[in-house]
Amino acid sequence: MIDLALDIMSWILLTVGGACVLIGGIGGLRLPNFYTRIHAASLTDTMATLLIFVGIILQSGFTLASLKLFAIMLFLLLTGPTATYALANAALLSGLKPGPGRSGLKPDAGTAKDKTKENAPE
Amino acid sequence: MYILVSIAILITMVLAVVRALMGPTVYDRVLAVNVFGTKTVLLLSVVAFLNGRPDFLDLALAYALINMVGILAVLEFFQNRSQRNSKAKND
Repeated sequence: MIDLALDIMSWILLTVGGACVLIGGIGGLRLPNFYTRIHAASLTDTMATLLIFVGIILQSGFTLASLKLFAIMLFLLLTGPTATYALANAALLSGLKPGPGRSGLKPDAGTAKDKTKENAPE
Repeated sequence: MYILVSIAILITMVLAVVRALMGPTVYDRVLAVNVFGTKTVLLLSVVAFLNGRPDFLDLALAYALINMVGILAVLEFFQNRSQRNSKAKND
C-alpha cells in the first residue's frame, strides 16, 4: 500500500519534472532576447532539478544512493542560481541592455562596442 | 517512467545545442552550455536508475562540480575581456 503510494507520488514528480525540463528547453530556444531566455533556463535549473531528484529519492528509499542524490540536488540548487546570477551580471556589465523586443540580435551586442557608442555623445 | 524523463532531458539538450550554435551573443552561448551541463547531471542520475547502476551518481556529482567551475571561469574571462576593451577604447 505504502509502496504503491510512493510509486504514484514519484511518478507524478518525475512527470512534472520532465515537463518542466521540456518547457524550459523550448523557452530557451524560442524566447526573444537574452534576459527572457535566462529566465526560462533558470526554471530548469531549480524547479526541474528539485522535482526530478525528489522523485528519484522516493524510488530509491534509505540507501547510500539516495544520500548521493541528495548531495547532488543540494549542490545543483546552490550553484545553478549562482551561475545564472553571474551570467546576468556579466551580460549587464558588458552593456547588453534589458528591455522588450529582440534587443540581443545585433551581432556586436554584448561586446564593448555598444558601451562606447552610448558614451560617445556625452 | 525513467525513459520518458530521459527523453525529455535529451530533447532539451538538443534544443540547448541549437541555441548555443545560433545564439547571437556570447552570453547566449554560455547560457546554453550551462543548461547543457546541468541537464547532463540530471540525465546521468536518471540513467543510473534506468539501468539500475547507482555508480553513475559519482560521475554526476563530479560533472556538477566541474561544470560550475567551468562556467564561472568562462564568465570571468569574458567579463575581464570586455572591461579591458572598453578601457582601451576610452583611453
